Amino acid sequence: MILRLNHASGIPLYLQLMEQIKHAIETGALRPGDQLPAIRKLAEDLVMNPNTVVRAYRELEHEGVIEVKHGSGAFVSDAVAGRMKVIGKGQAVMQSAMERLLSFGLTEPEIRRLFENELASSAVETLPRRQK
Amino acid sequence: MNDFVIEANELYKSYKGRPALSGFDLQVRAGSVFGFLGRNGAGKTTTIKLLMGLLKPDSGMARVFGSPVTDARQSIGVRRRIGFVTEDKELYPYMTVEQMIRFTRAFFPRWRDDLEKRYLRMFELPLRKKVPALSKGMRSKLMLLLAMSHGAELLILDEPGDGIDPAAQEDILRELVALAASEGTTIFFSSHQLSEVEQIADHICIIDAGRAIVAGSLDDLKCQYQRLHVILDRELPAPVQWVEGAEHVHQDGRTISILASRNIDNLLEQARSLPGASVEQFPVNLKEIFLEHVRTN
Repeated sequence: MILRLNHASGIPLYLQLMEQIKHAIETGALRPGDQLPAIRKLAEDLVMNPNTVVRAYRELEHEGVIEVKHGSGAFVSDAVAGRMKVIGKGQAVMQSAMERLLSFGLTEPEIRRLFENELASSAVETLPRRQK
Repeated sequence: MNDFVIEANELYKSYKGRPALSGFDLQVRAGSVFGFLGRNGAGKTTTIKLLMGLLKPDSGMARVFGSPVTDARQSIGVRRRIGFVTEDKELYPYMTVEQMIRFTRAFFPRWRDDLEKRYLRMFELPLRKKVPALSKGMRSKLMLLLAMSHGAELLILDEPGDGIDPAAQEDILRELVALAASEGTTIFFSSHQLSEVEQIADHICIIDAGRAIVAGSLDDLKCQYQRLHVILDRELPAPVQWVEGAEHVHQDGRTISILASRNIDNLLEQARSLPGASVEQFPVNLKEIFLEHVRTN
Protein backbone atom coordinates (compact mmCIF):
# COMPACT_ATOMS: atom_id res chain seq x y z
CA MET A 1 0.00 0.00 0.00
CA ILE A 2 1.45 3.35 -1.02
CA LEU A 3 0.29 6.32 1.02
CA ARG A 4 1.19 9.90 0.25
CA LEU A 5 -0.12 12.79 2.27
CA ASN A 6 -0.20 16.39 1.19
CA HIS A 7 0.44 18.45 4.31
CA ALA A 8 -0.21 21.82 2.74
CA SER A 9 -3.45 20.97 0.95
CA GLY A 10 -5.64 22.13 3.82
CA ILE A 11 -7.49 18.82 3.90
CA PRO A 12 -7.22 17.37 7.42
CA LEU A 13 -4.57 14.64 7.47
CA TYR A 14 -6.83 12.08 9.13
CA LEU A 15 -9.32 12.52 6.25
CA GLN A 16 -6.55 12.13 3.67
CA LEU A 17 -5.38 8.96 5.39
CA MET A 18 -8.92 7.58 5.50
CA GLU A 19 -9.46 8.34 1.81
CA GLN A 20 -6.21 6.70 0.80
CA ILE A 21 -6.87 3.55 2.79
CA LYS A 22 -10.33 3.34 1.21
CA HIS A 23 -8.75 3.88 -2.19
CA ALA A 24 -6.26 1.08 -1.51
CA ILE A 25 -9.19 -1.21 -0.68
CA GLU A 26 -11.15 -0.18 -3.79
CA THR A 27 -8.19 -0.84 -6.07
CA GLY A 28 -7.45 -4.18 -4.43
CA ALA A 29 -4.13 -3.12 -2.89
CA LEU A 30 -5.74 -4.04 0.43
CA ARG A 31 -8.15 -6.98 0.66
CA PRO A 32 -10.66 -8.01 3.32
CA GLY A 33 -8.76 -9.57 6.21
CA ASP A 34 -5.47 -7.81 5.39
CA GLN A 35 -3.68 -6.22 8.30
CA LEU A 36 -3.07 -2.47 8.32
CA PRO A 37 0.30 -1.09 9.47
CA ALA A 38 0.70 -0.57 13.21
CA ILE A 39 -0.03 2.98 14.35
CA ARG A 40 3.52 3.66 15.44
CA LYS A 41 5.02 2.30 12.22
CA LEU A 42 2.67 4.27 10.00
CA ALA A 43 3.33 7.46 11.99
CA GLU A 44 7.09 7.02 11.58
CA ASP A 45 6.94 5.99 7.92
CA LEU A 46 4.77 8.93 6.94
CA VAL A 47 6.34 11.28 9.54
CA MET A 48 2.96 12.20 10.94
CA ASN A 49 1.37 12.49 14.33
CA PRO A 50 0.43 9.12 15.87
CA ASN A 51 -2.76 10.66 17.29
CA THR A 52 -3.82 11.51 13.74
CA VAL A 53 -3.35 7.88 12.69
CA VAL A 54 -5.38 6.80 15.72
CA ARG A 55 -8.16 9.17 14.69
CA ALA A 56 -8.20 7.89 11.09
CA TYR A 57 -8.31 4.25 12.25
CA ARG A 58 -11.06 5.06 14.76
CA GLU A 59 -13.21 6.74 12.10
CA LEU A 60 -12.61 3.89 9.64
CA GLU A 61 -13.63 1.44 12.34
CA HIS A 62 -16.74 3.50 13.02
CA GLU A 63 -17.60 3.36 9.29
CA GLY A 64 -17.14 -0.40 9.29
CA VAL A 65 -14.21 -0.33 6.87
CA ILE A 66 -11.72 -1.82 9.30
CA GLU A 67 -11.87 -3.83 12.50
CA VAL A 68 -9.54 -3.12 15.38
CA LYS A 69 -8.70 -6.20 17.42
CA HIS A 70 -7.08 -5.25 20.67
CA GLY A 71 -3.58 -6.56 20.97
CA SER A 72 -3.28 -7.77 17.40
CA GLY A 73 -3.92 -4.69 15.26
CA ALA A 74 -6.28 -3.33 12.62
CA PHE A 75 -7.67 -5.39 9.73
CA VAL A 76 -9.70 -4.64 6.63
CA SER A 77 -13.24 -5.64 7.49
CA ASP A 78 -14.90 -8.58 5.74
CA ALA A 79 -17.96 -6.36 5.41
CA VAL A 80 -16.25 -4.26 2.71
CA ALA A 81 -16.66 -7.21 0.29
CA GLY A 82 -20.36 -6.27 -0.14
CA ARG A 83 -19.46 -2.64 -0.64
CA MET A 84 -16.89 -3.66 -3.25
CA LYS A 85 -19.67 -5.27 -5.30
CA VAL A 86 -21.66 -2.02 -5.30
CA ILE A 87 -18.55 -0.08 -6.26
CA GLY A 88 -17.95 -2.57 -9.08
CA LYS A 89 -21.44 -1.83 -10.43
CA GLY A 90 -20.75 1.89 -10.21
CA GLN A 91 -17.50 1.39 -12.07
CA ALA A 92 -19.35 -0.28 -14.96
CA VAL A 93 -21.77 2.68 -15.19
CA MET A 94 -18.85 5.13 -15.12
CA GLN A 95 -17.07 3.25 -17.88
CA SER A 96 -20.00 3.41 -20.29
CA ALA A 97 -20.67 7.08 -19.41
CA MET A 98 -17.01 7.86 -20.02
CA GLU A 99 -17.07 6.17 -23.43
CA ARG A 100 -20.06 8.27 -24.47
CA LEU A 101 -18.55 11.54 -23.22
CA LEU A 102 -15.35 10.85 -25.12
CA SER A 103 -17.36 10.01 -28.24
CA PHE A 104 -18.84 13.55 -28.07
CA GLY A 105 -15.30 14.86 -28.35
CA LEU A 106 -15.06 16.20 -24.78
CA THR A 107 -11.56 16.56 -23.35
CA GLU A 108 -10.41 15.10 -20.07
CA PRO A 109 -10.42 18.43 -18.14
CA GLU A 110 -13.91 19.18 -19.48
CA ILE A 111 -15.17 15.81 -18.31
CA ARG A 112 -13.55 16.30 -14.92
CA ARG A 113 -15.21 19.71 -14.46
CA LEU A 114 -18.57 18.36 -15.57
CA PHE A 115 -18.24 15.48 -13.17
CA GLU A 116 -17.16 17.67 -10.25
CA ASN A 117 -19.94 20.20 -10.85
CA GLU A 118 -22.47 17.41 -11.00
CA LEU A 119 -21.07 15.88 -7.86
CA ALA A 120 -21.10 19.22 -6.04
CA SER A 121 -24.68 19.99 -6.93
CA SER A 122 -26.06 16.52 -6.21
CA ALA A 123 -23.99 16.01 -3.07
CA VAL A 124 -24.90 19.39 -1.60
CA GLU A 125 -26.52 17.74 1.37
CA THR A 126 -23.87 15.14 2.12
CA LEU A 127 -20.53 16.83 1.46
CA PRO A 128 -20.29 19.42 4.21
CA ARG A 129 -21.70 17.02 6.75
CA ARG A 130 -19.16 14.37 5.91
CA GLN A 131 -16.32 16.73 6.65
CA LYS A 132 -17.18 17.09 10.28
CA MET B 1 -5.21 15.32 38.41
CA ASN B 2 -6.10 16.45 34.92
CA ASP B 3 -4.91 15.67 31.40
CA PHE B 4 -3.06 18.92 30.84
CA VAL B 5 0.72 18.83 31.03
CA ILE B 6 0.93 22.58 30.48
CA GLU B 7 -1.71 25.08 31.57
CA ALA B 8 -1.51 28.84 31.52
CA ASN B 9 -4.24 31.26 32.54
CA GLU B 10 -4.29 34.98 31.90
CA LEU B 11 -0.52 35.43 31.80
CA TYR B 12 0.75 39.00 31.75
CA LYS B 13 4.36 40.00 31.36
CA SER B 14 5.98 43.22 30.29
CA TYR B 15 9.56 44.35 29.89
CA LYS B 16 10.07 47.95 31.08
CA GLY B 17 6.45 48.78 30.39
CA ARG B 18 6.45 47.10 26.99
CA PRO B 19 3.86 44.30 27.08
CA ALA B 20 5.05 40.89 25.85
CA LEU B 21 2.12 38.81 27.08
CA SER B 22 -1.33 40.30 27.57
CA GLY B 23 -3.65 37.69 29.02
CA PHE B 24 -2.21 34.58 27.40
CA ASP B 25 -3.99 31.25 27.82
CA LEU B 26 -2.65 27.82 26.91
CA GLN B 27 -3.61 24.20 27.45
CA VAL B 28 -1.46 21.32 26.27
CA ARG B 29 -2.81 17.82 26.67
CA ALA B 30 -0.58 14.89 27.63
CA GLY B 31 0.66 12.97 24.60
CA SER B 32 0.02 15.70 22.08
CA VAL B 33 2.44 17.24 19.62
CA PHE B 34 1.71 20.91 20.00
CA GLY B 35 2.82 23.57 17.51
CA PHE B 36 3.27 27.08 18.87
CA LEU B 37 3.15 29.72 16.16
CA GLY B 38 3.58 33.44 15.96
CA ARG B 39 5.51 36.20 14.30
CA ASN B 40 8.79 37.49 15.68
CA GLY B 41 8.11 39.34 18.90
CA ALA B 42 4.63 37.87 19.33
CA GLY B 43 5.55 36.41 22.73
CA LYS B 44 6.65 32.84 21.95
CA THR B 45 10.01 32.89 23.71
CA THR B 46 8.63 34.83 26.67
CA THR B 47 5.96 32.17 27.09
CA ILE B 48 8.52 29.38 26.95
CA LYS B 49 10.79 31.11 29.46
CA LEU B 50 7.84 31.53 31.84
CA LEU B 51 6.98 27.85 31.49
CA MET B 52 10.57 26.91 32.30
CA GLY B 53 10.61 29.18 35.37
CA LEU B 54 13.30 31.40 33.84
CA LEU B 55 11.03 34.43 34.09
CA LYS B 56 8.27 35.37 36.50
CA PRO B 57 4.89 36.51 35.18
CA ASP B 58 3.60 39.93 36.31
CA SER B 59 0.28 38.22 36.91
CA GLY B 60 -1.56 35.08 35.97
CA MET B 61 -0.73 31.46 36.61
CA ALA B 62 1.10 28.76 34.70
CA ARG B 63 1.44 25.12 35.69
CA VAL B 64 3.63 22.39 34.26
CA PHE B 65 2.80 18.85 35.40
CA GLY B 66 0.31 20.45 37.75
CA SER B 67 2.83 22.46 39.75
CA PRO B 68 3.08 26.25 39.54
CA VAL B 69 6.09 27.39 37.54
CA THR B 70 6.89 29.98 40.18
CA ASP B 71 7.30 27.33 42.87
CA ALA B 72 11.09 27.06 43.14
CA ARG B 73 11.02 24.01 45.43
CA GLN B 74 9.08 21.89 43.01
CA SER B 75 10.70 23.24 39.90
CA ILE B 76 13.85 21.07 40.04
CA GLY B 77 11.78 17.89 40.12
CA VAL B 78 9.58 19.17 37.34
CA ARG B 79 12.47 20.34 35.18
CA ARG B 80 14.03 16.89 35.31
CA ARG B 81 10.95 15.63 33.46
CA ILE B 82 11.36 18.22 30.71
CA GLY B 83 13.71 18.25 27.74
CA PHE B 84 14.42 21.82 26.77
CA VAL B 85 15.87 23.48 23.70
CA THR B 86 16.36 27.23 24.04
CA GLU B 87 15.99 29.77 21.32
CA ASP B 88 19.61 30.95 21.52
CA LYS B 89 20.94 27.34 21.68
CA GLU B 90 23.22 28.35 24.54
CA LEU B 91 25.67 25.70 25.73
CA TYR B 92 28.87 25.75 27.79
CA PRO B 93 31.47 27.23 25.42
CA TYR B 94 34.52 25.54 26.98
CA MET B 95 33.15 22.02 26.50
CA THR B 96 33.44 19.64 23.58
CA VAL B 97 30.38 17.83 22.24
CA GLU B 98 31.41 14.69 24.12
CA GLN B 99 31.95 16.55 27.42
CA MET B 100 28.63 18.33 27.01
CA ILE B 101 26.85 14.98 26.65
CA ARG B 102 28.67 13.43 29.62
CA PHE B 103 28.02 16.49 31.75
CA THR B 104 24.31 16.55 30.95
CA ARG B 105 23.63 12.86 31.40
CA ALA B 106 24.93 13.02 34.98
CA PHE B 107 21.85 15.05 35.94
CA PHE B 108 19.34 12.60 34.53
CA PRO B 109 18.91 9.15 36.05
CA ARG B 110 16.63 8.05 33.22
CA TRP B 111 19.18 8.87 30.50
CA ARG B 112 18.71 6.70 27.40
CA ASP B 113 22.00 5.35 26.03
CA ASP B 114 20.20 3.78 23.09
CA LEU B 115 18.73 7.10 22.01
CA GLU B 116 21.98 8.98 22.60
CA LYS B 117 23.81 6.56 20.26
CA ARG B 118 21.04 6.70 17.70
CA TYR B 119 20.98 10.51 17.55
CA LEU B 120 24.79 10.77 17.56
CA ARG B 121 24.90 8.60 14.47
CA MET B 122 22.02 10.38 12.77
CA PHE B 123 23.15 13.93 13.52
CA GLU B 124 26.80 13.17 12.65
CA LEU B 125 28.04 15.33 15.51
CA PRO B 126 31.83 15.80 15.83
CA LEU B 127 32.54 14.55 19.37
CA ARG B 128 35.83 16.35 19.87
CA LYS B 129 34.81 19.78 18.61
CA LYS B 130 34.21 22.53 21.12
CA VAL B 131 30.81 24.18 21.23
CA PRO B 132 31.84 27.59 19.77
CA ALA B 133 33.32 25.81 16.73
CA LEU B 134 29.93 24.28 15.89
CA SER B 135 27.67 25.72 13.23
CA LYS B 136 24.22 26.94 14.27
CA GLY B 137 22.65 23.80 12.83
CA MET B 138 25.11 21.57 14.74
CA ARG B 139 24.36 23.41 17.97
CA SER B 140 20.63 22.89 17.38
CA LYS B 141 21.27 19.20 16.82
CA LEU B 142 23.39 18.89 19.97
CA MET B 143 20.69 20.58 22.06
CA LEU B 144 18.07 18.29 20.56
CA LEU B 145 20.21 15.25 21.35
CA LEU B 146 20.55 16.38 24.97
CA ALA B 147 16.83 17.16 25.28
CA MET B 148 15.63 14.00 23.56
CA SER B 149 17.97 11.50 25.28
CA HIS B 150 17.23 12.11 28.92
CA GLY B 151 13.96 10.24 29.16
CA ALA B 152 11.84 13.40 29.44
CA GLU B 153 8.04 13.17 29.51
CA LEU B 154 7.75 16.63 27.99
CA LEU B 155 9.86 18.34 25.35
CA ILE B 156 9.76 22.13 25.16
CA LEU B 157 11.53 23.18 22.00
CA ASP B 158 12.02 26.80 20.99
CA GLU B 159 12.65 26.86 17.23
CA PRO B 160 14.26 23.40 17.19
CA GLY B 161 14.80 23.36 13.42
CA ASP B 162 16.84 26.57 13.42
CA GLY B 163 19.75 26.38 11.00
CA ILE B 164 19.08 22.76 10.11
CA ASP B 165 18.90 21.65 6.48
CA PRO B 166 15.67 20.11 5.13
CA ALA B 167 16.98 16.53 5.02
CA ALA B 168 18.13 16.61 8.65
CA GLN B 169 14.88 18.36 9.57
CA GLU B 170 12.85 15.49 8.20
CA ASP B 171 14.97 13.07 10.30
CA ILE B 172 14.32 15.16 13.39
CA LEU B 173 10.58 15.29 12.74
CA ARG B 174 10.57 11.51 12.31
CA GLU B 175 12.39 11.03 15.63
CA LEU B 176 9.99 13.40 17.40
CA VAL B 177 7.05 11.45 16.00
CA ALA B 178 8.72 8.22 17.15
CA LEU B 179 9.12 9.59 20.69
CA ALA B 180 5.48 10.64 20.76
CA ALA B 181 4.33 7.27 19.40
CA SER B 182 6.49 4.91 21.43
CA GLU B 183 7.09 6.78 24.69
CA GLY B 184 3.99 8.96 24.77
CA THR B 185 6.21 12.03 25.10
CA THR B 186 4.36 15.34 24.95
CA ILE B 187 6.05 17.73 22.55
CA PHE B 188 5.55 21.49 22.67
CA PHE B 189 7.49 23.32 19.99
CA SER B 190 7.58 26.79 18.57
CA SER B 191 8.38 27.25 14.93
CA HIS B 192 8.40 29.62 12.01
CA GLN B 193 8.12 26.67 9.67
CA LEU B 194 4.41 26.31 9.11
CA SER B 195 5.07 23.23 7.00
CA GLU B 196 6.76 21.32 9.82
CA VAL B 197 3.97 22.25 12.21
CA GLU B 198 1.40 21.16 9.64
CA GLN B 199 3.23 17.86 9.24
CA ILE B 200 3.51 16.62 12.82
CA ALA B 201 1.36 18.76 15.15
CA ASP B 202 -2.06 17.60 16.28
CA HIS B 203 -2.79 20.82 18.18
CA ILE B 204 -1.70 24.38 17.57
CA CYS B 205 -1.83 27.79 19.16
CA ILE B 206 -1.20 31.02 17.28
CA ILE B 207 0.01 33.84 19.49
CA ASP B 208 -0.14 37.45 18.36
CA ALA B 209 0.59 40.56 20.39
CA GLY B 210 0.80 38.43 23.55
CA ARG B 211 -2.56 36.73 23.21
CA ALA B 212 -3.65 33.33 21.92
CA ILE B 213 -5.76 34.17 18.89
CA VAL B 214 -6.30 30.67 17.49
CA ALA B 215 -6.04 27.41 19.41
CA GLY B 216 -7.27 23.90 18.91
CA SER B 217 -6.93 20.64 17.07
CA LEU B 218 -5.31 21.23 13.69
CA ASP B 219 -7.64 18.81 11.90
CA ASP B 220 -10.68 20.45 13.48
CA LEU B 221 -9.45 23.92 12.49
CA LYS B 222 -9.00 22.71 8.92
CA CYS B 223 -12.58 21.45 8.94
CA GLN B 224 -13.88 24.75 10.29
CA TYR B 225 -11.93 26.95 7.91
CA GLN B 226 -13.07 26.82 4.30
CA ARG B 227 -12.79 29.03 1.30
CA LEU B 228 -15.90 29.60 -0.79
CA HIS B 229 -15.88 30.81 -4.35
CA VAL B 230 -19.20 32.14 -5.53
CA ILE B 231 -19.83 32.91 -9.18
CA LEU B 232 -22.99 34.89 -9.96
CA ASP B 233 -24.68 35.23 -13.33
CA ARG B 234 -24.91 39.00 -12.93
CA GLU B 235 -23.48 41.65 -10.64
CA LEU B 236 -25.41 42.42 -7.48
CA PRO B 237 -26.69 45.96 -6.88
CA ALA B 238 -25.36 46.02 -3.29
CA PRO B 239 -22.71 44.09 -1.36
CA VAL B 240 -23.97 40.99 0.47
CA GLN B 241 -24.28 41.10 4.25
CA TRP B 242 -22.75 37.73 5.08
CA VAL B 243 -23.78 35.74 8.13
CA GLU B 244 -21.34 35.17 10.98
CA GLY B 245 -18.13 33.33 10.12
CA ALA B 246 -17.13 35.18 6.96
CA GLU B 247 -13.71 36.48 7.99
CA HIS B 248 -12.53 37.93 4.76
CA VAL B 249 -14.62 38.69 1.69
CA HIS B 250 -13.23 39.75 -1.65
CA GLN B 251 -15.61 40.66 -4.44
CA ASP B 252 -14.53 41.19 -8.00
CA GLY B 253 -17.43 41.73 -10.40
CA ARG B 254 -19.43 38.52 -10.50
CA THR B 255 -17.03 36.46 -8.40
CA ILE B 256 -16.86 36.50 -4.63
CA SER B 257 -14.18 34.80 -2.54
CA ILE B 258 -14.88 34.20 1.14
CA LEU B 259 -12.58 32.89 3.85
CA ALA B 260 -14.82 31.35 6.48
CA SER B 261 -13.63 30.49 9.97
CA ARG B 262 -16.81 28.76 11.17
CA ASN B 263 -20.53 28.45 10.52
CA ILE B 264 -19.74 27.04 7.09
CA ASP B 265 -23.11 25.35 6.56
CA ASN B 266 -25.02 28.60 6.95
CA LEU B 267 -22.58 30.50 4.75
CA LEU B 268 -22.96 27.85 2.05
CA GLU B 269 -26.72 28.10 2.29
CA GLN B 270 -26.59 31.86 2.02
CA ALA B 271 -24.22 31.74 -0.96
CA ARG B 272 -26.42 29.25 -2.79
CA SER B 273 -29.48 31.39 -2.22
CA LEU B 274 -27.99 34.26 -4.24
CA PRO B 275 -29.56 34.52 -7.71
CA GLY B 276 -27.81 32.33 -10.27
CA ALA B 277 -24.97 31.46 -7.91
CA SER B 278 -22.63 28.54 -8.41
CA VAL B 279 -20.65 27.83 -5.28
CA GLU B 280 -17.40 25.96 -4.84
CA GLN B 281 -15.79 25.03 -1.55
CA PHE B 282 -12.03 24.69 -1.03
CA PRO B 283 -9.92 23.56 1.89
CA VAL B 284 -7.72 26.10 3.67
CA ASN B 285 -4.22 25.29 4.88
CA LEU B 286 -2.39 26.42 7.98
CA LYS B 287 -0.48 29.15 6.16
CA GLU B 288 -3.74 30.79 5.06
CA ILE B 289 -5.19 30.52 8.56
CA PHE B 290 -2.00 32.00 10.02
CA LEU B 291 -1.78 34.88 7.59
CA GLU B 292 -5.44 35.71 7.92
CA HIS B 293 -5.14 36.12 11.68
CA VAL B 294 -1.81 37.82 12.10
CA ARG B 295 -2.59 40.28 9.31
CA THR B 296 -5.94 41.44 10.59
CA ASN B 297 -4.87 41.53 14.21
